[in-house]
Amino acid sequence: MSTLVIVEPGSHPSASGVARVTRQAVTAAQHWGQPVDLLVLGHTDAAAHTHIAGVRRVLRADAPHLAQPVAEDVAALLDGLADDYAVILSAHTSLARNALPRLAARRDVGMLSEAVALLGPTTYQRPIYAGNLLATVENTPGLQILTVRASRFAEAALDGQAEVQAIVAPAADGRARVTARQSAGGERPELGLARVVVSGGRSLGSAGQFNAVLSPLADQLGAALGATRAAVDAGYAPNEWQVGQTGTVVAPELYIAVGISGAIQHTAGIKDSRVIVAINQDPDAPIMQLADYALVADIFEAVPELVRQLPAKV
Amino acid sequence: MKIIVSIKRVVDHNVQVRPSSDHSAVELAGARMSINPFDENALEEAVRLKERGIASEVIVVSFGDSGVQESLRQALALGATRAIWGQLPAGLEQPDQLAVAKLLREVVQAEQASLVLLGKQAIDEDAGQTAQMLAALLDWPQATAVSALEIEGEKLKLQREVEGGTESLEVQLPAVLSADLRLNAPRFAKLPDLMKAKRLPIEPFDCAAAGLALGPRLRTLRVESPAPRAGGIVVSSVAELVEKLRHEAQVIA
Repeated sequence: MSTLVIVEPGSHPSASGVARVTRQAVTAAQHWGQPVDLLVLGHTDAAAHTHIAGVRRVLRADAPHLAQPVAEDVAALLDGLADDYAVILSAHTSLARNALPRLAARRDVGMLSEAVALLGPTTYQRPIYAGNLLATVENTPGLQILTVRASRFAEAALDGQAEVQAIVAPAADGRARVTARQSAGGERPELGLARVVVSGGRSLGSAGQFNAVLSPLADQLGAALGATRAAVDAGYAPNEWQVGQTGTVVAPELYIAVGISGAIQHTAGIKDSRVIVAINQDPDAPIMQLADYALVADIFEAVPELVRQLPAKV
Repeated sequence: MKIIVSIKRVVDHNVQVRPSSDHSAVELAGARMSINPFDENALEEAVRLKERGIASEVIVVSFGDSGVQESLRQALALGATRAIWGQLPAGLEQPDQLAVAKLLREVVQAEQASLVLLGKQAIDEDAGQTAQMLAALLDWPQATAVSALEIEGEKLKLQREVEGGTESLEVQLPAVLSADLRLNAPRFAKLPDLMKAKRLPIEPFDCAAAGLALGPRLRTLRVESPAPRAGGIVVSSVAELVEKLRHEAQVIA
């Protein structure tokens, strides 16, 4: 038996044509020690994905209705493939969150959402209560369906040589149809998947200052922009930038908290970041205890200075 | 059009949760419970559809111990027209998402509802699966994390939250939707409505009689607090911060 990894179309591929989370999901997929296949949908560059180390085959389902796929069609496609696989997994992306539970119910099996550690063939660790607790969960033997928190896994190398195999997808279900897709962040990476996140709190003072202070830093670092609930409620940042228990839980390589005090609601959503930097005027703010590097400074002076001292692009 | 809204009673989001002393579960004794916040958005949307004359009935359903009756009465006070309580059989006090989806399917089919609204996830288990599983079991189309909804005849025009933006969809009824926080701002229950709701009937649903295989597929073996982050350091200047990020943490070039 083998393991199938689903690749989300258009998940901001890097220069290699392969999204970072896909390489991380492939690393997670090696846990079962069986051959790993990839499934790419729509117009995704299948050839680029053949270079991911440890991949046997890239299954390419290139049908027009899979370019902006709906859960109904992805679940139907996977249902047709599932007999050949012992494990079907994906990074915890929008598409996987939408389609894999539907697949699991069609197969009458349970599903694991956002595993952060793979402990045995059917045993996993996953965050509950927005990461305030960790649960060790055992699934029933048989087909394993799961999403993983990609940032917990190293990126697979790009020196592989998989083969591409075209597969035929079932016809579109048609009852649900994507009519448009609007991007909120422009050129910025997606908040939940970004390597670097720059977030601001209410002490930025206004929407104008939020943008003027944080955008140059985010540009410099190729970072996603985030905000606290307080900053969102104050109208400094759009709701979809909210980081925390009622927003997006993030786990980037580098999280820079600017003018953020560190309410539990917010810190629950950033704890899994590899490196946390806090810049705050208040040395007693709770975030300063959580941060790996705390800088006590006026944010309006320190952030522009940081932009000046950083290399041109990272 | 009949709408079914599924609500889950969860530990209130202001409560700091901790593992039970034997680490087998989450310590729930004495914790304040409330309706899952995302389910409140689902309920609010259904009530608004009723107020606009689009929905004829809003039936709220919850599975759990007798405590869920309080949440159901609150939902009645918020505008639901009927409430159904499914008391869980012994040994199934902690149903997984697939079991709940199977129970919901029975209610949806018995009521001949044409729209089901749920929260996009429950803030206790954070699985975010039940709506999609129910849609699969009913073989209905679905939309998750819905942030805007309009109904035109048999067609739903909606927006859903996806990474990096929003997706616009058209979905045929009957359908299952899960609500994002952005969908609406739920109202608060008024005291007279809460008093009135105390006298309204709650209809029982016999979970065991449905004869379903509900044995949980997932079992929680252990619950623990995450390891605290190792304490960091205070840097004295931007230059020192950049130096540490480059050479110690190695997160910038």
